[in-house]
Amino acid sequence: MQKSIDSSSLAMLQVAEKENIKTVWDRYQAQLPQCGFGETGLCCRHCLQGPCRIDPFGEGPQLGACGANADVMVARGLGRAIAAGTAAHSGHAKHLAHTLLKSARGQAPDYPIRDEAKLKAVAQRLGIPVQGKSTQDIALKVAEAALAEFSEKDGPSAWAATTITKGRVETFLKLGVVPQGLDAIVTEMLHRTTYGVDADPVNLLLGGVKCALADYAAMHMATDISDILFGTPHPVVTQANLGVIKADAVNIAVHGHNPVLSDIVAQVAHEMDEQARAVGAKAGVNLVGVCCTGNEILMRHGIPPATHSVSQELAVLTGALDAMVVDYQCVMPSLATVTECFHTKLITTMPIAKIPGAVHIPFSEETARKNARDIIAIGIEAYKKRDPKRVNIPKGTHAAMAGFSTEAIINALSMLNKEDPLKPLIDNIVNGNILGVCLFAGCNNVKVPQDENFVIMAKELAKQNVLMLATGCGAGSFARHGMLSADATKEYAKGGLGAVLTAIGKAVGLDGPLPLVLHMGSCVDNTRASDVAVAVANKLGVDIDKLPVVASAPEDATEKAISIGTWAMAAGLPVHVGIVPQVLGSPTVVKVLTESVKGLFGGYFIPEPDPRKAAAKLVVAIKERRKGLGL
Amino acid sequence: MKEIFVRMERCTGCKTCELACRIEHSQSKTLFGAFMETPMPRRRLFVEMDGDAKIPITCRHCEDAPCLNACISGAISRDLKTNAVISNPDKCIGCWSCIMACPYGVVNRSLERRVSVKCDLCPGRDSPVCVDSCPTKALVYTEPEEFSRMKRQAYAATAHQAVKA
Repeated sequence: MQKSIDSSSLAMLQVAEKENIKTVWDRYQAQLPQCGFGETGLCCRHCLQGPCRIDPFGEGPQLGACGANADVMVARGLGRAIAAGTAAHSGHAKHLAHTLLKSARGQAPDYPIRDEAKLKAVAQRLGIPVQGKSTQDIALKVAEAALAEFSEKDGPSAWAATTITKGRVETFLKLGVVPQGLDAIVTEMLHRTTYGVDADPVNLLLGGVKCALADYAAMHMATDISDILFGTPHPVVTQANLGVIKADAVNIAVHGHNPVLSDIVAQVAHEMDEQARAVGAKAGVNLVGVCCTGNEILMRHGIPPATHSVSQELAVLTGALDAMVVDYQCVMPSLATVTECFHTKLITTMPIAKIPGAVHIPFSEETARKNARDIIAIGIEAYKKRDPKRVNIPKGTHAAMAGFSTEAIINALSMLNKEDPLKPLIDNIVNGNILGVCLFAGCNNVKVPQDENFVIMAKELAKQNVLMLATGCGAGSFARHGMLSADATKEYAKGGLGAVLTAIGKAVGLDGPLPLVLHMGSCVDNTRASDVAVAVANKLGVDIDKLPVVASAPEDATEKAISIGTWAMAAGLPVHVGIVPQVLGSPTVVKVLTESVKGLFGGYFIPEPDPRKAAAKLVVAIKERRKGLGL
Repeated sequence: MKEIFVRMERCTGCKTCELACRIEHSQSKTLFGAFMETPMPRRRLFVEMDGDAKIPITCRHCEDAPCLNACISGAISRDLKTNAVISNPDKCIGCWSCIMACPYGVVNRSLERRVSVKCDLCPGRDSPVCVDSCPTKALVYTEPEEFSRMKRQAYAATAHQAVKA
C-alpha cells in the first residue's frame, strides 16, 4: 500500500528508509495483523474478570463473563471513545476559560482581550448584559459562565442550548440527550460503561449522543474564547507543506492544539530574529505549524502549515527543524525518538502531557511570553548543532488561503448582498449552482495512503457542484495538495460551483475565485461550520436535518473524530466515515448508527472506505435532502 | 516437508490464529466479510486451556492418519505434493468417524453443509496463515530438523551460561 500521496511526505519517507529511522508506517506494519476482536469491538477490559472476547463467528463464547453480549460490548466501547474525545475538547476549552478568567482579573497580562466585538456577541448570546459594562466586566462574566459549564449544574449546557436551532433543542429534549455539565457527562459515561451498569445497547448509544453534544458545547466554547483572546480569523494566504521550513532560518514548529501556547509563540517569534541571526540564521526565526494548533496560528496569523497528523514525524526528517514545541493531543510519543536522530529539540509544555526524552518547559499563562521566549531560545541554541549536510527540505509547497471563520464567510457574502448575506448562498443552493455543502473534517490514518481519500472525494464532489468546507488535518490535507487555492477552483469546479466561487471572489476583491475548499479552522472550529448550518436553517425556517449539508471524515483516526462525528449526526447531518470505528461486531449497533438514528435525529452514519463510492453516497444523501425541500 | 510446530510458552491465548484461519477459509478473505458469510467459515486449529497454560492444538497431518483410515467415503486423502491430509467436502457424508478417530480433536464441522472441515496447510500460500498471523511467533512453520536445531541451539546457550557460572 502506498504510504502517502503527498510528494513531500514521500521524499522524507525515503530519508527515513535510508537512515533506518522508524516511523508510524513501520510501527503499524509491525502491528499487523491487528487483533480481530479489537477491530470488531468484541473485546472488553472493563473489569478484572476479563479480558473477555466474543467470537464473531459464533463458535466461541457469545457473552462476556458478566453476561454482556456483542451489542453491549460494542456500545460500551463506543461510549468510552466518545467520552475520551469529549474529555479532550473539554480540557482544551477549560484551559481557555481559565485563561480568560485570569485575563479578566488582570492576572495574565500576556492575554489581553483582542476581539471585544466577539466578546460582546458571545456574552449577548449567553444572556449576559453588555450595555454599560466594561470589557473586563463582560470578560469576567463570560469566563465564569464558561467555567460553570463543566461540573454539576441545573439546566442544560448553555453553550449547547444557545447555539443550536429550536428544532434541535426539541429533538434533544424529546430523546433525553441534553447534556448538563460537560465533564459531568464524561464521568457519567465512564460510570455507565463500567462493570455492571448500563447493559442496554440503545440506552448506551443515546448516552453517547448526550456526551457528544457536550463535546460540541466544549468545542464551541474553545472557538469562542480563542477568538476573544486572539482575534476572530479573516482570510489569509500562505504556503503549505514541508517546504515552508527554511534552510536559512531557525525553524520552530508548534504542534498540538491550544492557541494558549501557540498564539503566544507566534506573537513572540520575531522579537528574537536578532538572536537567530547572531547564530548564523540569516532569515531569523521561522515559525511553522503542525496539526490543529498549526491551524489556529494559520487562521489568525497566516503562519504556514508544515504538515499534519500521520506525517508529523517527517517534519523532523528535513534535518532543518530546530525545535518542535507541543502541548496536548495527537502528539506522537515517537517524536522523542525521531528528534534524537537529529539536532531537533522536542519541547513539552503541559503538566498533563510529558514525553520522556523531551525537554519540559512548564508553560503558564502568567509567564507566557517569557516561557515562549525561553522555548524559542532553545530552538536558536539547537540551530548551532544543525548539520547542513543532513538538511533535506522537499520543495513543492502550495499556495493556501485559510481564515474562513463564520464571520469572514458572512462578511464575504455581504459583499454580494449587504442586507441579507445568506440570500446569495441560499439562492445558489436553490437554483442548483451549489448542489449542497460538505464539511470535511478529521485526521489522516496510517491505514489509508495519506490524503488519498480526501483528494479523490474533493475532486468528485467538485464535479457535482458541492460547496466544500474543511477543518483540522482534513483542511491540512487539502492545503498540502493545493486545494485551498483559486487554481484548484479553476481546475476542478467547472460548473455552477465555480461560477459562485468566482462571483464571491470578485465581490470581495480577489483577482480570481475563492478557493475550492474553504478552510474554517482547527477541529474545535467545526463549530464555525455548524454555526453556518444553524444560520441557514433558521433563515429557511427548517431544521438542520432538512438541509442538503453532509459531513465527511474520510481518514478518521482519533476518539475526538468519533465524538465529533456523533454530534454531527445528532445535529441532523449524514456523516461519512472512511475508517469504520470498532463497531462491526454488533450488527444491531451498526443498524442503529446507520439507519435507526435517521428516524430519531435525521442524521446518520455512512461507513464507506472507498472514496469514490463515498462521494457518490454523499451526493445521493444531498439529493435526498434537496428533494425533501422541493428542490 | 514443513510442519507446524508450537512453542507453547509463547502462546498468549489471543486466538488470532483461529480468526485468521477462518478468514483464509472464507469467500471474501476479510474479517468483516467472513463472519457475514454462509456457510460460516470454521476454524481448523484450536487454542485450549489446561490450568493456566494456553495450548494451541493443530492438525499433525499424521503419517498413518487415523482420520484417513477411519473415513468410509474416501473423502479424506493425502495430498502427495504437500503431504497434507485433506478432506474433500463433496465426498464427505458427515458420518463423523474422523472426529471419533482423531486423537487431538482437531476435525471441525461445517454447520450448514454438515461435512467435516480440517486443516489443509493453506494451499496456495507460502506458509499457513495461522503461523503468519501469530503475534508472538508461537507457531513456527519449518522442517522438523530445523525445529529441533532451534531447540538445541536454545538449550546450548543455557548450558553454556551454566558452565560459565
